[in-house]
Amino acid sequence: MNLLAIETATEACSVALVHGDDVIARSELAPRRHAELVLPMADALLAEAGISRHALDAIAVGRGPGAFTGVRLGISLAQGMALALDLPVITVSSLAALALEAPWTESDELGQGDEAAVLAVIDARMGEIYAASYRRSGAGELLALDAERVTAAETLQLSAASGWHVVGSGWATYAEPIQARLTGPLRSADGARYPQARHVAVLAAAEFRAGHVLAPELALPVYLRDKVALTLVEQGRA
Amino acid sequence: MGIETSCDETGVALLRWEPAQPGRGLLAHALYSQIRLHAEYGGVVPELASRDHVRKLLPLVRQALAEAGLTPQDLGGVAYTAGPGLVGALLVGAAAGRAMAWALGVPAIGVHHMEGHLLAPLLEEDPPRPPFVALLVSGGHSLLVEVKGIGEYRILGDTLDDAAGEAFDKTAKLMGLPYPGGPELARLAGQGRPGMFRFPRPMTDRPGLDFSFSGLKTQVLLAWQKSDRSEQTRADIARAFEEAIVDTLLIKCRRALQATGAKRLVIAGGVGANRRLRAELAAAGEQDGFRTYFPRPAFCTDNGAMIALAGAIRLAAGQQQGESVDVHPRWDLSGLPPAPQALAGQE
Ligand SMILES: Nc1ncnc2c1ncn2[C@@H]1O[C@H](COP(=O)(O)OP(=O)(O)OP(=O)(O)O)[C@@H](O)[C@H]1O
Ligand SMILES: [Mg+2]
Repeated sequence: MNLLAIETATEACSVALVHGDDVIARSELAPRRHAELVLPMADALLAEAGISRHALDAIAVGRGPGAFTGVRLGISLAQGMALALDLPVITVSSLAALALEAPWTESDELGQGDEAAVLAVIDARMGEIYAASYRRSGAGELLALDAERVTAAETLQLSAASGWHVVGSGWATYAEPIQARLTGPLRSADGARYPQARHVAVLAAAEFRAGHVLAPELALPVYLRDKVALTLVEQGRA
Repeated sequence: MGIETSCDETGVALLRWEPAQPGRGLLAHALYSQIRLHAEYGGVVPELASRDHVRKLLPLVRQALAEAGLTPQDLGGVAYTAGPGLVGALLVGAAAGRAMAWALGVPAIGVHHMEGHLLAPLLEEDPPRPPFVALLVSGGHSLLVEVKGIGEYRILGDTLDDAAGEAFDKTAKLMGLPYPGGPELARLAGQGRPGMFRFPRPMTDRPGLDFSFSGLKTQVLLAWQKSDRSEQTRADIARAFEEAIVDTLLIKCRRALQATGAKRLVIAGGVGANRRLRAELAAAGEQDGFRTYFPRPAFCTDNGAMIALAGAIRLAAGQQQGESVDVHPRWDLSGLPPAPQALAGQE
């Protein structure tokens, strides 16, 4: 299987290629340069693997949540590529991809008794974070513990866990209020982690094998923050 | 393929390049207007516009391909609006268009939206050839441009405040018409009686080719507030307002033709769909001896066909965009590179 994955929802811009058993990737922390970097990165990966774009079987993309413009950039690029090459698209949660950035130990896996969970948090601006928590059920497999949401860190609700790994830019901005909401001891925290295409690729490859694919026009962003303006009626009330 | 997503319309068109008669190569065009989405908010909400483009663009691409009986593999190039416009909205069309071209291994080109408008009359039978003067009157622009060739644009006049289309929309709103009121105001004007009201022709009493339309709406507001606010009065005021705008544009067009010695006048942009404007300019042309060229009304407002055309012309001139997805929310029309000999028969 050859699968190209794009992740541009946050400050990190990355592209990955699943080529047989290998996953190769390019990633750069390059706020505001994503639009310039993605296609050259894709070229470099295809050249490194020695395959043409016509050998691709699917396009994967981190569909958010994250910066609206970044999310749309990735989705639009994936849509355009997939339509032109007549390929299916797999959309992957950028929070799930971020969760795979957490340091994992054997004991973090399900059924080991001492099960730590991962909280993925992306700074959503306006005093809020995008958040979701997961457990690992096997190599590269994630089990969602709750629904993705946009929330103030102060009112974050988490399920019970014997320990927490926290990853993502939400931690960089809201470490204190997030720590106050944890339901178990903090095992590790890293606010300088971002969703990466290589994790999007791994999660998408499993979906592809399971037949969970979309037509390109149905590959759409997930913003979580959906109220972005007031209608005339609401303006009148305000 | 031409893709337009600069504001609140998603447009896709397919054009086979025929330099002598570009309009004959138009194979398909599909358009989706977001007007109803934004009406609830009283104006275009940029974030919602971007979100809607993402949902609508690919279905329109498929629709246009089906209409033309083509597959993506038949495409020889992809053009998309790269600016000016709303940055988030532009990025949707640019990213999808650039990625399609990348996937197909064909050239891509980012088009200047106003060059698209300016060249739209070339899609009609008997297309105008440069040199000509262009009046670009849309929701965001009021420009008089001297066109010596493709990409050789000199701005002769610009608006100091509101654009002509903006003046229509704002004036309509003042008199209680729902967003976007411009076309509705023009329709009402058709029912207005002549001579009931009269508004000034701004900036025509002094030399120069610039416009200023913001004062007009204040005049309209005063007249409307003092009136009986009946339906007929609204139509009468609409008529007087439309006459003032059209007359002002006409005076400035005459001046621009005189100043440049051009014998052709091209009108484009959404306000170019206005019936009175079309009739008055055509009549003036007969009188003064210049020819007028208009796009069909559907190609006055935003559409993919004009982007496909402008893109095809620039690709034919050997210009193309690298792999970076570049958009320019603000972009000076007069700074575009020339594309000499892109059109057969250019004088
Ligand atoms: N029949 C008409 N009479 C007057 N104005 C009209 C008519 N039809 C459309 N318009 C005006 O044209 C404008 C829309 O034109 P267009 O789509 O070209 O503008 P835009 O794309 O919003 O702006 P720009 O091209 O400058 O970025 C609106 O302001 C609308 O009111
Ligand atoms: Mg326009």
